Amino acid sequence: MTTTPGGLLLVLAVLAPIVGMLIAFTLGGRNAQRIASVTIVIGLGIAIAIAAAWAQTGATVVYLLGGWSPPLGIALRADGLSVVMMLAVAVVILGIGVYARADFATPAGVPEARAPFVFWTLLLAIWGALNLVFVSGDLFTLYVALELLTFAAVPLVSLDGRAETLRAALRYVLYALLGSMFYLLGVVLVYGAYGTLDIGLLAARVHAEPATLAAAAFMTVGLLAKTALFPLHLWLPPAHAGAPPAASAVLSGLVIKGSWFLAVRLWFDVLPGVVTLASAQLLGVLGAAAILAGNVVALRQARLKLLVAYSTVAQIGYLFLMFPLAFDAGAAALERGGALAGGTLQAISHASAKAAMFMAAGLIYRAVGHDRIAELAGVGRALPLSVLTFALAGLALMGLPPSGAYAAKKLLLDAAEASGQWWWASVMDVGGLLTAAYVVLVLVHALRPATEPREARAHVSHRAQIAALALALCSLLLGFAALGPAPLDAMPKPSLDFGALASALLVLLGGAVLAAGLGLRLPPLPSRGVLTAPLAPVRRATVAVGATFVRVDAALRQWPVAGLALIVAAIGFGAALLA
Amino acid sequence: MTDAPTLYGLCAAALIGLGVYGFIVNPQPLRKLLAFNVVGSGVFVLFGAIAHRGGALGWGGDPVPQALLITGIVVAFAATALAVALLLRLADEADSVTLADAAPAKPDVTARDR
Repeated sequence: MTTTPGGLLLVLAVLAPIVGMLIAFTLGGRNAQRIASVTIVIGLGIAIAIAAAWAQTGATVVYLLGGWSPPLGIALRADGLSVVMMLAVAVVILGIGVYARADFATPAGVPEARAPFVFWTLLLAIWGALNLVFVSGDLFTLYVALELLTFAAVPLVSLDGRAETLRAALRYVLYALLGSMFYLLGVVLVYGAYGTLDIGLLAARVHAEPATLAAAAFMTVGLLAKTALFPLHLWLPPAHAGAPPAASAVLSGLVIKGSWFLAVRLWFDVLPGVVTLASAQLLGVLGAAAILAGNVVALRQARLKLLVAYSTVAQIGYLFLMFPLAFDAGAAALERGGALAGGTLQAISHASAKAAMFMAAGLIYRAVGHDRIAELAGVGRALPLSVLTFALAGLALMGLPPSGAYAAKKLLLDAAEASGQWWWASVMDVGGLLTAAYVVLVLVHALRPATEPREARAHVSHRAQIAALALALCSLLLGFAALGPAPLDAMPKPSLDFGALASALLVLLGGAVLAAGLGLRLPPLPSRGVLTAPLAPVRRATVAVGATFVRVDAALRQWPVAGLALIVAAIGFGAALLA
Repeated sequence: MTDAPTLYGLCAAALIGLGVYGFIVNPQPLRKLLAFNVVGSGVFVLFGAIAHRGGALGWGGDPVPQALLITGIVVAFAATALAVALLLRLADEADSVTLADAAPAKPDVTARDR
């Protein structure tokens, strides 16, 4: 193995944000924002250059640190998966950077303000850590990268310094630490069994033996805890809902993708032949539970930011549906194919759509002074661009054509059909309907005319609105992007024919019905009584169902339960890997 | 059965088990943090035992785990420092240092449902 042309770019992709962070940290004050802006442009350039270098040959870009090849040295590698993720992260960071200029500008007259200084330096730190996750070719380097990511992400939760957000940050860091210890334990066991941690060498050496299975179970569960896959999601809703909007966009759109990506690396590159059908199905079951519970609980939220946070809980579930779909029963191994491409596309489109959604929610909060969904009447008139952004991001999340999520869903559905696993297809359909339900619910409230003329409480930056809209459009038009060669060449072309339109309408209509059944506070109907009276018992039943979901979710987010869930999940994966 | 690496391995398993138990049953964040450190110590002891076993070639021990161990200890130390800083700040801002939500989230059945 040797360093390939363009290999040095991988080092730059990691170093540029980290050097930027160090300079910003040293110079401090107003300079932090300027340096962050410059670094974002440079970093985007580097990501594009890496993509170009990779597209030229189509082979993995490799850089050997110090010229030592593994197992003596450490290699940085970027395959198609990492290239696509790096590019997507760079674009989303750019959008967030433009958006945050309004929220995190150092106020005039002071040399330095805490929140802007911390935000801009940590934004760069998160980016550097994410790029390191994407290019590392070694399980221990990946551990360090993951910890860097967590350390940079946690303070973003409590930027405003309120006790409530500090508590959320503390919950996040404690649970994430236990998760990373589980992962490290797995790394130690792998080293003990095989004497190397290099992904390429391990892939050739691993076989199913007790130490490998235990390590795989511990590492997987540790990563799931850091990704907040249901039922290990106790830290996510308060942390993502409490952070300032730009920080929420980073946390929800990007940070959770780091540990998810590592899980993908682990299963597809290190252990493809060790994982069993049962373990892949178990991962899919957790994903399906996340989709169902996350979406229903999202529908029952009274506050917009919590709704968006629970929607993230649900969307994380989608990211794990590809594991059972990629399992090739004939070869008894995970195959890189359409399912992996679909899952990656899902991750990218969620990154941009969810970032845009949090940004829109933040703008609405800023303009109205609260984010209680039931009192959003008139926002549609006051902030048309932000409501449009929310709607477009919602369409992208639902997976309507031509969004990236639509193409992703199509790829996953094809994989489901090819492998005969129809049940995952129905999970995806139900998830799409429920997503439509909460988007419709919010829009119905936001588009109602205000009872009294609504004054915008605070000025909302035009640039921030455009940035959020641009990200939402990115996600919505991702289906059109012909990203050139593999891994996304299997992408279906978005079709805008009558059938696609009809199914889109059907999803929206089904969503509206579900919203009417499960939604928390419905706007008053003009013809109450005559029409709704016969439906009252149905509504009572659906409300009871929704309340049950909320109770189960609240119980699962208790510390003892979440801790036990971690152990049970580890044992479950161990057993499933034995099966 | 009673050779040193096995003994250290069993000791590591006991530490990890104790730590995880403490993490789950103790509601106070500081105790949880200490429990995390106990788990960490267990993992590091295990790594040390593995390094010793690798030293059967006649060296003093396998150097790679030692290098990784140092890094791991630094990371765990940094994590502890970060969590303690958050904890101190929380103690300044709020009167009680708990991880429970200030007002436990009521099930939404009590909300105005129609």
